[in-house]
Amino acid sequence: MRAANAIVKALELEGVEHIFGIPGGAIIEVYDALFDSEITHILTRHEQAAVHAADGYARASGKTGVAFATSGPGATNTVTGITNAYMDSSPIVVMTGQVPTALIGNDAFQEADITGITMPITKHNYLVTDANKLLETIKEAFTIASTGRPGPVLVDLPKDVTIADIEFDYPEKIELPGYKPKVFGHPRQIKRASELIMESERPVILAGGGIRLSNAQKELLRLAESIPAFVVTTLMGKGAIPETHPLCLGFVGMHGSKYANYALHESDLVIAVGCRFSDRTTGRVSDFAPYAKIIHIDIDPAEIGKNVRVDVPIVGDAKLVLKELVNHVKYKQRKEWEDKVNGWRKAYPLRYIKEKDKIKPQFVIEKVYELCPDAIVTTEVGQNQMWAAQYFKVKHPRQFISSGGLGTMGFGFPAAMGAQTAFPEKTVVDIAGDGSILMNIQELATCVDYSIPVKICVLNNAYLGMVRQWQEMFYNERYSATRLRYEGLSFEKIARGFGAVGMTVEKPNEVEDALKEAFEIDAPVLIDFWVEKLENVYPMVPPGAALNEVIDKEV
Amino acid sequence: MKHTIAVLVENKPGVLARVSSLFRRRGFNIESLAVGTTEREDISRMTIVVSGDEKTIEQVMKQLNKLIEVIKVSDLTYNSVERELALIKVNVTPEKRSEIIEIANIFRARIVDVSRESFIIEITGDEDKINAFIDLMRQYGIKELSRTGKISMARGRRTV
Ligand SMILES: Cc1ncc(C[n+]2csc(CCOP(=O)(O)OP(=O)(O)O)c2C)c(N)n1
Ligand SMILES: [Mg+2]
Repeated sequence: MRAANAIVKALELEGVEHIFGIPGGAIIEVYDALFDSEITHILTRHEQAAVHAADGYARASGKTGVAFATSGPGATNTVTGITNAYMDSSPIVVMTGQVPTALIGNDAFQEADITGITMPITKHNYLVTDANKLLETIKEAFTIASTGRPGPVLVDLPKDVTIADIEFDYPEKIELPGYKPKVFGHPRQIKRASELIMESERPVILAGGGIRLSNAQKELLRLAESIPAFVVTTLMGKGAIPETHPLCLGFVGMHGSKYANYALHESDLVIAVGCRFSDRTTGRVSDFAPYAKIIHIDIDPAEIGKNVRVDVPIVGDAKLVLKELVNHVKYKQRKEWEDKVNGWRKAYPLRYIKEKDKIKPQFVIEKVYELCPDAIVTTEVGQNQMWAAQYFKVKHPRQFISSGGLGTMGFGFPAAMGAQTAFPEKTVVDIAGDGSILMNIQELATCVDYSIPVKICVLNNAYLGMVRQWQEMFYNERYSATRLRYEGLSFEKIARGFGAVGMTVEKPNEVEDALKEAFEIDAPVLIDFWVEKLENVYPMVPPGAALNEVIDKEV
Repeated sequence: MKHTIAVLVENKPGVLARVSSLFRRRGFNIESLAVGTTEREDISRMTIVVSGDEKTIEQVMKQLNKLIEVIKVSDLTYNSVERELALIKVNVTPEKRSEIIEIANIFRARIVDVSRESFIIEITGDEDKINAFIDLMRQYGIKELSRTGKISMARGRRTV
């Protein structure tokens, strides 16, 4: 069989239903084979967007996302997308065309050393130089991407390899001597963890993206209720427990609520599950949870002890470990602690000042939530992202999709496209900033082309708002290069120009109707909300401060 | 402090690049690195000397373990035999000739090439011994020096 056809057949056997990508000379053989396949290929308008879409697809569905690009510029355009997936442990396989093996190293036309370039930003990558290893490589790529701590895997395919004639013999299993993720937690460590839990008077669970990756939300909820313990999450962990649950305090860290940050800071036991203690979550790490012992459950042993001291490390899959751990804990009421946290929750709610004639960005999110609480929400990066995280309460972790580790402007829209492709019937909303949306605006063409009815809500503050906020707070209001001037620019017209629906909303009392209308339309819609320009995101743990030093706006 | 780490890896192209890229990216300091084949054709062994505190070394080992092609990582800092080999080209004059030979003998080093103006001396041993020898040779003028980097093996029954 022609290798290109074998590749497509292998993808079919892997259960791939959608591929995002852009063809080119080096990968044209594979595209030729794809022409006869049941797999739907979605032609994005930029390779970065193809990878983000595959990433969003993976986060929403739990399936491995797949992206294609040609050699050279096609391949290098995937780099941001791959890094983004790497930082957030998202399972994707990226296949790139490459110049023929005989030309590799000669600076041939559209040659780029993409395996060299992506070495530090992939979980693993391959340059296939022997067509007889092709199928085993694809099997390995899908296995590695989706197991253990998931992540992106890149497979670089020289053109001659895709033309070779090979036998189709797709391996069922593969043997990787150096790859054996440990999934069951050590029983003695689990026992020790349960003892700490029983001793604790102020336990807090810190849940990260690992809950989603291991589909452990049921087990997490059971543990939280069995102890009982309040749950705070990282940004990636949002929805690890339904955010309307009385034990859920929402996300912590730089823009988490005051009560979540206080609770974590004052706790005497942190039960961290599937998180990596990033600086945005911990604040000043030397003062992180100063009174607490720390239990850290993670499938990646390298995360344990990397950023914070750990008293009980448990290496394993979150779902399996939590399932076991819950058998060892008994319900114990901790009235004083409960009252204390609930007191903070009452005293320091998330809040902003509503105004009659100005659209507050938070208000837009509240309305989106009110009208469509089951929507899948993706975000861009900046203030829009933080307001979305604060005001949209999700029920499960696949409902909120955001670029956490890399903070990639331009991620939200193509990610929404990917999520919508996985769930055509659901409402998918990208909460965007006016800066970020322009970084992948070309994907409106893709959405129109394939009838992907994503709803984009641009919180248009005419600023690179988050950077402006830092300049206001820490740089004496010297707004260097953060004002986005728009004389003559109209997002509404841009949307229309692409064949999508565009709307502009300037007044608070128009917000609800516009959203209602947008949610009714079975087509891509962009709504340009002219929001208060100088609104800041609060609360905020200033960079370098500890979580209890969180500041809030005077109201 | 310095640690000696033995890494068994699949014998595939690009593995060395992955390992060195990891060290660079995470800011780990390699003091020396030696690679060679093992008793098994499909497995190579790297010996890496790396400096850092306990926490850094723990991260080094864990991060190495995450590389798919890394099969096993062992710390051989304690209770192991360590060897390094050096080739030293040193100036000789008729007056100093026998003196140099004598020192080489004391260190059990071998003179492997002789010309009118220079010797190449081969010496194996642990790092301290080689350093001491090199120091002694400086007075005669070292024209060229090449060291292999350390290799190491646990004493007794322990294997990596
Ligand atoms: C690709 C990229 N470039 C630069 C940044 C730095 N950055 C972080 S937030 C931000 C402003 C984003 O502006 P906008 O999309 O309008 O969002 P807002 O904060 O105004 O809601 C910038 C430039 C980034 N995160 N990503
Ligand atoms: Mg903005």
